[in-house]
Amino acid sequence: MAGTHDRAGSAQSGGRLAVRCRGIEKSFRAGETRVRVLRGTDFVAESGRMSFLVGPSGCGKTTLVSVIGGILSCEGGEIDVLGHDLSTMRNGRLADFRLANLGFIFQQFNLLPALNAEENASLPLVARGESNGRAERTARGLLERLGLGGQTKKMPSQLSGGQQQRVAIARALVHEPRLLICDEPTASLDAASGHTVMELLRDVALEGDRSVIVVTHDNRIFGFADRISHMADGRITRTESREDGVSQ
Amino acid sequence: MFRTALRMLLGDTTKCLGLVFGVALSTLLVCQQVSIFFGLLGRASSVVNDVREADIWVMDPSVKTVDAPFPLRDTALQRVRGVEGVEWAVPFFRANVQVRTREGTLENAILLGIDDASLVGVPDEFMVGGIEDLTMPDSIAVNPAGFRLLFPGQELGVGRVIELNDRRARIAAIVDASPAFSANLTIYARYSLATAYTNNGRNALSFVLAKSADPDRLGSIAGRIGEETGLMAVSSDRFRMMSILYILANTGIPVSFGTVVFLGVLIGIAIVGLTFNQFISENIKQYAALKAIGVRNGRLLLMTLWQALFVGVVGYGLGLFAASQFFNWPSKNVDALRGFYLLPEVAIGVAVLSVVIVFVSTLLSMRRVLVVDPATVFRG
Repeated sequence: MAGTHDRAGSAQSGGRLAVRCRGIEKSFRAGETRVRVLRGTDFVAESGRMSFLVGPSGCGKTTLVSVIGGILSCEGGEIDVLGHDLSTMRNGRLADFRLANLGFIFQQFNLLPALNAEENASLPLVARGESNGRAERTARGLLERLGLGGQTKKMPSQLSGGQQQRVAIARALVHEPRLLICDEPTASLDAASGHTVMELLRDVALEGDRSVIVVTHDNRIFGFADRISHMADGRITRTESREDGVSQ
Repeated sequence: MFRTALRMLLGDTTKCLGLVFGVALSTLLVCQQVSIFFGLLGRASSVVNDVREADIWVMDPSVKTVDAPFPLRDTALQRVRGVEGVEWAVPFFRANVQVRTREGTLENAILLGIDDASLVGVPDEFMVGGIEDLTMPDSIAVNPAGFRLLFPGQELGVGRVIELNDRRARIAAIVDASPAFSANLTIYARYSLATAYTNNGRNALSFVLAKSADPDRLGSIAGRIGEETGLMAVSSDRFRMMSILYILANTGIPVSFGTVVFLGVLIGIAIVGLTFNQFISENIKQYAALKAIGVRNGRLLLMTLWQALFVGVVGYGLGLFAASQFFNWPSKNVDALRGFYLLPEVAIGVAVLSVVIVFVSTLLSMRRVLVVDPATVFRG
């Protein structure tokens, strides 16, 4: 554990820390037993960097980003996200915090099938209380930057998987969050589409000193990482960074 | 977010139609049944309603409804006339009779005998002929539905002759009487003629109709009539209510209609509840995604209630329109349905019921949205 703490601490030598987790504990009930998914997990992510969280299925990656995203609460440890101690926040405040500061990209896109691309992309702004017209104008601009200029009125069912993920990226970024959490963003895409999506993420998502956390199995996209945290059995076992030259 | 909520709902056309259909069906069913129920209750007091001039009904104390009078002594009329505060009093006869139609079949009819001299007790509106035509020998007036029953397919007209207990009766007028509860054919005749048709003997008087000298003292005058004659005297309004309560207490109508209304509500809740539950079930990941983005439970609840409101308003509107059409054409063209109307009070009551149906169904389904874990969006 001490070793991983040290590695977490060493990240401060890079960009400003956006996420700092220390000794996170989380368990789930599975029938009669409790399964410890996070076992004193330490993790950091810096602003302006793309941090990858990799590891085998069931190692706790998704649980960790759920805790970082304020979607799950942890049972122990410290969690600081963008200067806020999430462990002290309750559901309503956590929702407000997510809406104000976080963007999410999901493996299955989770676009609303009844809304067209720009309406889907504008959702966070509408949820914040902006008018539909203004929110959609902003979303349209972002979709154009993401190469979907001619597709803004199309329904999700009319778009390819890659295009849907780009709409999801637009939805995650439209309200200019300071932290973007991506859960297997390329898992549902072919290699070319996955590469394009990651390029867009690198070009657009990292703007404005935003921190990006990517949970992935896909080693074809490891080259986009500034930092890779390897996870196994609920712990970070190894961290590599671009500066170390390990994953280039 | 309200527009998003509506788009989510309208995007699933099948469910949306199912929800609207559920509310519309319930609205139609309940509106139709409750209106017919009130229409039947109105028919129970139609004879009282049609006597406009008198404001006090005097009868044997055992009488509970206008449809089942107990004969009074002929002297009762003079005794009522002698009570202070009674401006005038006239005899009124009511009996059930059978009339032979041209096809030879027997039809039940209500025979009403009105005062020979004043002709008090006949409805105001005549469709053919006039009240003075009843003064002619063997003259009767019938209601339009009764005329069509006796002479199917023929234009309303006077001069036709029917048989009442082997006695001749000539239709001299068509009067727009309110539809009655116990028969479709209502016959008006002078009191002397009506009693002759039924051969009831000396004590044929069913009711004494009286007019109070001072309408503000109606209650006390009725009370005085009761004290001085030993009979029961009640205001027209009270007698109307008595006749309605009799039907409510002594027939299966309230239970029968109540059951249908209850089932209508239950069907509404079942259809809307199940469909809405399915809609939410199929969209639960979308709701979880919205939660993950940062939409609060309160906002999601409002979105869902907005969807429910839309379904309720559209479904209720369609159901109400269908119910109004049900009563519009048939009530003008089908004699059996005359007098049945979609009452505004029923429409308002059913609106409240629709709100209950939709919101109970929604709140039951809404629980799933409120408890859904936003983390489910991370599970591929």
